[in-house]
Amino acid sequence: MSGEAPREFALRCPVPLPPGETVLLGHGSGGKLTTQLIRDLLVPVLAGQGSELARLGDAAVVEVNGTRFAFTTDSFVVTPAFFPGSNIGELSVYGTVNDLAMMGARPMFLSAALILEEGLPMEELGAIVTSMAEACRRAGVTLVTGDTKVVERGSADGLFITTSGLGLVPDGVDVGPERARPGDAVLVSGPVGSHGVAVMSRRAGIEFEAELVSDAAPLTGLVEVMLAAGEVRCLRDATRGGLASVLNEFAEASKVSMTVVEAEVPVLPPVRAACEMLGLDPLYVANEGVCVAVVAAGDAEAVLAAARSQELGANASIVGEVGEGPPRVSLTTGLGATRPLIMLAGDQLPRIC
Amino acid sequence: MRFIDEYRNERVAHGLLEEIARTVTKPWTLMEVCGGQTHTLIRAGIDQLLPEEIELVHGPGCPVCVTPLALIDEAIAITKRPDAILCSFGDMLRVPGSSEDLSMARAAGGDVRIVYSPLDALEVARRNPDRTVVFFAVGFETTAPANAMAVKQAKQLGIPNFALLVAHVLVPPAIMAILVSPGNRVQGFLAPGHVCAVQGWIEYEPIARDFGVPIVVTGFEPVDLLEGILMTIRQLEEGRAEVENQYVRAVGRDGNVPARAVVAEVFETCDRAWRGIGVIPKSGLRLREAYRAHDAELLFPRGDGVPASESEICIAGTVLVGRAKPDECPAYGTLCTPESPLGAPMVSSEGACAAYFLAGRSRQEVSS
Amino acid sequence: MCLGVPGKVVEVFEEDGLRMGVVDFGGIRRRACLAYEPGVEVGSYVVIHVGFAISVVDEQEAARSYELLAEMGNLEGIDLPQDPEGVRE
Repeated sequence: MSGEAPREFALRCPVPLPPGETVLLGHGSGGKLTTQLIRDLLVPVLAGQGSELARLGDAAVVEVNGTRFAFTTDSFVVTPAFFPGSNIGELSVYGTVNDLAMMGARPMFLSAALILEEGLPMEELGAIVTSMAEACRRAGVTLVTGDTKVVERGSADGLFITTSGLGLVPDGVDVGPERARPGDAVLVSGPVGSHGVAVMSRRAGIEFEAELVSDAAPLTGLVEVMLAAGEVRCLRDATRGGLASVLNEFAEASKVSMTVVEAEVPVLPPVRAACEMLGLDPLYVANEGVCVAVVAAGDAEAVLAAARSQELGANASIVGEVGEGPPRVSLTTGLGATRPLIMLAGDQLPRIC
Repeated sequence: MRFIDEYRNERVAHGLLEEIARTVTKPWTLMEVCGGQTHTLIRAGIDQLLPEEIELVHGPGCPVCVTPLALIDEAIAITKRPDAILCSFGDMLRVPGSSEDLSMARAAGGDVRIVYSPLDALEVARRNPDRTVVFFAVGFETTAPANAMAVKQAKQLGIPNFALLVAHVLVPPAIMAILVSPGNRVQGFLAPGHVCAVQGWIEYEPIARDFGVPIVVTGFEPVDLLEGILMTIRQLEEGRAEVENQYVRAVGRDGNVPARAVVAEVFETCDRAWRGIGVIPKSGLRLREAYRAHDAELLFPRGDGVPASESEICIAGTVLVGRAKPDECPAYGTLCTPESPLGAPMVSSEGACAAYFLAGRSRQEVSS
Repeated sequence: MCLGVPGKVVEVFEEDGLRMGVVDFGGIRRRACLAYEPGVEVGSYVVIHVGFAISVVDEQEAARSYELLAEMGNLEGIDLPQDPEGVRE
């Protein structure tokens, strides 16, 4: 940095760059590398410590004239674009709707920016946007603005979709990754691993006859009843990086420890079987219709019951609890041994959502 | 899942742990041979639940880990040819070659396809008659029957554009190499259950007898491993050295006769270099004369490419023969991680280093 | 990759001169080659490795040896998991 001869477009960066010269696939995995990139480069340069951005919530909560809004954005680069149970279009709506819901907001408006690869069949594009329209209807949101770009063949692998969402945060709702406290209960709203395995089954050369389907779904209604039932302190949907990554993020943000009991984590039998055959750990596999909640101990049963009263929460379970810091996550194995449940740096399933 | 879940039962497992604790009276060093067994042991935390007297060292039973570096370089070289399609098990894709790995070769434009079964690769050959489909045939005796059937079918059905890049390795020579090496501490073996499902255990009997070591054919679930360990410890405490079978639900003494017949028809034994360990005589398989038309090494002779070179820091060879534990390696978890591996055991789903890392074992930990 | 997974044969057929089957693993199904286990019929449990049946699960042996293990764990009897019958929904 110092001692460089001044140039017209000199790159200048006031913060230390992450190690390595180039962006790696692992930086997009939702694991440690992603966290490092965000923490060490993106947040300091774009907003600085202590900012709303630095909070790293699923959505930002901002106040305008006394009204609180949740505002979020997400890009969808999943490959293949069509996979059992869903597709990139539907995912792009539910993913953003869920990010808003995770802040306790009522999702209202969406934007969609499409980056299309030259050569993408119109029929595919038609099917994808039809899915998006259907998903908006089901999620109760309105798509109000958009953008379309086309790039040369080879530059976009089919298509990429970026959606942004705006929602209203009701008074009294305050969820955030930094709010977990020792004694709180850790709850998961449904069985894990379904989405990642559905995508993998299309990708990895194993095709199962009976389909494993993605669990992509809008979680707004489920979250509403959970929030009404008790004090929910943290909420996050367990997308890339899975349950294990979310727990590590909460532990880090709240400066607490967490223990998860492996036997309590719900996994659908066919998903478990597929994970066996694919060599995957369901705790790290992406979901698109499951959220993780940290709930004040006294309210855990009530929130659990509320989740179970909903179709999407039928398999909700209390899977662990929060303890004193320093930040770490431990897993109690099926045999009762304890081991760290680490944050993976990269991910076995790139481009999963 | 039936025949899996009940072998993960916590109470049965603890019953076995208690019986092991009651049986053991002195220190013993055991080796579990198969990488799949290593993973279960570490993930379930069994090595930490066992009495202190029992030390488990990890064996070379990770076919991805021991595939010779030169063959990986050759596979990568094949991907550079527009007239070739390389099919491989997914696990091989991120194993470091001398200068790159197969996933990088794919990113650079090579036609590399992940398959689950060699029959899938044969299907690719059928659908692409104008290109040669090379299947990267790695594995132990467990996988040889599948690979043999694929190439036998190719010959039978007249699919000339299907070839194997053969990297098969055999377990018994590796066990003997470990037993004769100076400073060997292994006193008993958990033999790999699925290898023995194919081979039976006849060839392990002379090893047990000549070297005086108990060998117990063992499965892959926590209860299997604990029962196998118990049986081995009992033999050691009683001064016996026999072959016993823990994995009774899947293994018989004669193994799978039709499978071995097809393997014998298609393959013959040869010397093989094990990555990190060196050449072990008669420890590999190669295609017989009658099937050489499907031999990728003959179809795509190795030119003067990049000379095979390993990372100087990687101690995979020592880990694979149980002389070092992954968390004793200076590069473990720092320079070498699953995302940026220096050697194969950190990237393979059966590698010991990956097992330790994913279970959160840190470098400072002293394994008991 | 060297994973051997037990599953139940739910269908048997011939293809390209090889005996093939559909195997159910706890609710998901995949085709596999049964050429190395010629005696296998619908209802048998087999160990599948890279798309091939390499061994038949000896259910009697399994039950017998598991009984002894269960006793060690002071378990009276044990409910063995049953795979779902028919089409998984």
